[in-house]
Amino acid sequence: MLNSLSYGLLLFMLSSGLTLIFSMMGVLNFAHASFYMLGAYFAYQTSTYLGFWPALIVAPAAVAFLGALTERYGLRTVHKFGHVAELLFTFGLAYIIEEFVHLLWGRAPVEYRIPPILDFSAFSIYTTQYPAYRVFMMLVSVAMLAALYLALTRTRIGLIIQASLTHPDMVEALGHNVPRVFMTVFAGGAALAGLAGVIGGNAFVTEPGMAASVGTIVFVVVVFGGMGSLAGAFVASLIIGAVQTFSVAFDYSLASILTGMGVQLDPESAWYELWKVTIAQAAPVLPYVLMVLMLIVRPKGLMGTREG
Amino acid sequence: MPAALELRDVRKSFGKTAIINGVNLAIEKGERHAVIGPNGAGKSTLFNLISGRFPVTSGTISLNDREITGLPPQDISRRGLARSFQITNIFPKLSVFENIRCAVLWATGHRYSFWQRVGGLRDVTERCDELVQQINLGKRRDTPAGVLSYAEQRALEIGVTIAGGADVILLDEPTAGMSNTETADAVALIRSVTVGKTLVMVEHDMSVVFGLADRISVLVYGQVIATGTPQEIRGNKAVQEAYLGTEQH
Amino acid sequence: MTSFFHIRRLALWAITALVMIALPLLLTQSFAISMLSQMGIAVIFALSYNMLLGQTGMLSFGHAVYFGLGAFFSAHALNMIGAGNLGLPVTFLPLVGGVAGLAFGVVFGYVTTKHSGTPFAMISLGIAEMVAACSLMFPSFFGGEGGISTDRVVGEAVMGITYGQGRQVYYLIAGWCFVCMIAMFALTQTPLGRMANAVRDNAERARFVGYNPTRVRYTMLILSSFFAGIAGGLAVINYELVTAESLGVVASGNVLLMSFIGGVGHFFGPIIGAVLVTYLQSALSNYTLAWLLYFGLFFLVMILFAPGGIASLLAMHKPAWDVGQLRRLVPSYIAAGAASLVILAGLITLIEMIYQVETKKEQSGTVMNLFGLTFDAANAGPWIGSLATMAVGAALLWGASRLVRASWQQVTIAINAKRGA
Repeated sequence: MLNSLSYGLLLFMLSSGLTLIFSMMGVLNFAHASFYMLGAYFAYQTSTYLGFWPALIVAPAAVAFLGALTERYGLRTVHKFGHVAELLFTFGLAYIIEEFVHLLWGRAPVEYRIPPILDFSAFSIYTTQYPAYRVFMMLVSVAMLAALYLALTRTRIGLIIQASLTHPDMVEALGHNVPRVFMTVFAGGAALAGLAGVIGGNAFVTEPGMAASVGTIVFVVVVFGGMGSLAGAFVASLIIGAVQTFSVAFDYSLASILTGMGVQLDPESAWYELWKVTIAQAAPVLPYVLMVLMLIVRPKGLMGTREG
Repeated sequence: MPAALELRDVRKSFGKTAIINGVNLAIEKGERHAVIGPNGAGKSTLFNLISGRFPVTSGTISLNDREITGLPPQDISRRGLARSFQITNIFPKLSVFENIRCAVLWATGHRYSFWQRVGGLRDVTERCDELVQQINLGKRRDTPAGVLSYAEQRALEIGVTIAGGADVILLDEPTAGMSNTETADAVALIRSVTVGKTLVMVEHDMSVVFGLADRISVLVYGQVIATGTPQEIRGNKAVQEAYLGTEQH
Repeated sequence: MTSFFHIRRLALWAITALVMIALPLLLTQSFAISMLSQMGIAVIFALSYNMLLGQTGMLSFGHAVYFGLGAFFSAHALNMIGAGNLGLPVTFLPLVGGVAGLAFGVVFGYVTTKHSGTPFAMISLGIAEMVAACSLMFPSFFGGEGGISTDRVVGEAVMGITYGQGRQVYYLIAGWCFVCMIAMFALTQTPLGRMANAVRDNAERARFVGYNPTRVRYTMLILSSFFAGIAGGLAVINYELVTAESLGVVASGNVLLMSFIGGVGHFFGPIIGAVLVTYLQSALSNYTLAWLLYFGLFFLVMILFAPGGIASLLAMHKPAWDVGQLRRLVPSYIAAGAASLVILAGLITLIEMIYQVETKKEQSGTVMNLFGLTFDAANAGPWIGSLATMAVGAALLWGASRLVRASWQQVTIAINAKRGA
């Protein structure tokens, strides 16, 4: 439960940044998960010199800086070629970031560890022990989201961002289409992703494949929740987080359920393989299946209001 | 006289804002009907409702006595209603000829076919070339639509609209932004391409309206306050009240 | 006028066919023939992808699904032929892939093509991930990590052709490639192909002339899946192996890169892209382990400076060619090319040094060989040198770009003069 919640919150830190960028700029940032990965690697590098706590600040700041550079010198240049070019630019960027990570840190996972001070079991329910780091992750996520909420509702730039979520054309017409807002949002989104990387990288694993594996899940979250909807992204993050965490633990298959109900299955039959797939084995597919089902039932997503 | 297009108590709101407040309108077959009214009266919205671009909130719309309320735009188009747009809405990368052909292909029944060479379809090519001549863009036949002049694009907009052979044509401000000579050309064009068809147009230029329309409807705050011949509209008190003091293009 | 274009077009196809026939006679090494085979497959795949991106405006991140599933069905069919359970000549095996691709296009396309633009892109990615994840769940069909291996030398020899030799396989692929190229080109000339362009440019207007954009997109996706499946079937014959990687997201990204680098705005663009990228991938990977990085940088530079791809760069020069002014551009292009080479040399040195220090230090120390020079990456000198080279190159390129602009101005004047006359 706690695991699923902490994972879901982590997903939301990523999907909220992605949603904000998408709503503001119409750009689906393919490199978003790459910023998450960079956050983890930067934190690893910083922690080998300075320890974990400075990394919590340094790594997101560095990622934010890279995000700002990306917006200023990359996206702004390709903007005139349209959304497809922007999308492809971030796609190429994700590609390059992954290769640079290969180049600098190698292909194997790096030893980015949970700080010893948090490496104990916070409490246990029945026989399951809950690591303190998970609690810490949740605290950081919640604090971050509270800060994000305040920034969006209480500051001038936050209000502009909010307005452009619902009425992008109007905000532009009011003269708020200052490129600086774009750069801020992009850097802010990147910083969120970077922070998620700092606290997620050591809880899971810091390796070059982490961007690709998390990236597509974050896309699923955003489609499932409804593109451009922060609330939708929140609910979807928790749902997908729960689905992914819980499904791994269920070792049942359709075959075992059917056998339990007294149905005899022929191991030779063509579909036997399908019946004997356990829910745990199917875990990687479930988020995508959920997404496809959602699209069939409700093409706009859970709380989406607009298309494209 | 049977109605080509009939609106019964049509309403449309965006959120809490009501834009169209119960419009009743019957357009007779073969007439040229103009819808006028001050800015923000809901004229373009009305066109968007009729052509299926937006769903109505309530009320019914029928085309040639068959209800079309709630149908998607392509179905309405297939039943013989075509429209143009106030902001030019064509295929910018396709040539003038190809723009026209898009509309002709459906009407000639070639639809989604992928087993015929489009260049070999004699009937299509001939009809398209006729239409290109008719809208006076013969010299620009193979020019990409995106690089035409404004007036040429407006002519193409009308061309794409009529090319499918629809018998009810909706034109949304066909002469907006044109100079006097361009407007005169456009009026002549509209006259020639709508012979024998039902025309409904939104227009701000009163000389165009009073010169072209058989009947006029005045739309104010989402309601039709008067319908009648140009003579009747000129003398109508409510219309004068609505227009006096307010803007006039 | 029309007949003149027809003759030119026919001549172009004839030349293409001749080149495809002649190539393996000139390049006889087995690795060259195998590369040509790969190119043929890539050309079909990239052209099928461009039916979506270039012609209908659908940016798909999951096109390899149809290629990969086509390949798996072909592999099983080939094994059935081998076991004597299926009487299909190997020559027509790609049709199995095509039909499989088409069938999955019907299923997945139904969900994806209800959307367009960015949502379509994301959903195509989600479907691709779903299929990739599924492929590991069903090892008996997808063969798990090892994939499905097969043997193409089965059935009776037809006129002595058994596909035992690489060259026979090449001609099979070339034959299919040629047929598919013509079929896909012909498709662009049909009502559906033209309406795909219309939907790409302005889907809303297409509705108001009677077309349902969803139906246009759906039909185009199904047809494009068919050709992708054919490419998958040919890949099975070529490699005699198919793994889950072939339907993965990386493979989908690869075909996108090929098409885009070649140029999605022209029919022949993806052909250039497929040939070039296949060549680069096998050539670069021989020289450096960082080739994916170079490749990615190349892609980014293309997006930033030539979003129309190579095809549009070529098309840009056609007016100059027509008025015989192309040679005026040559000196400035040579200057710009030389300046770019200087930057590239600096950049390559830098990347290779990082690589040496970060990744290869344990095995081979910090002394390295590059461009015929031997140096120690542990010293500061080479680092400063490579950075300085890049800076000099950048300065040169800035100068050269002014030259290019000036020459283009002259050429433009000449073109306009010719048009006016």
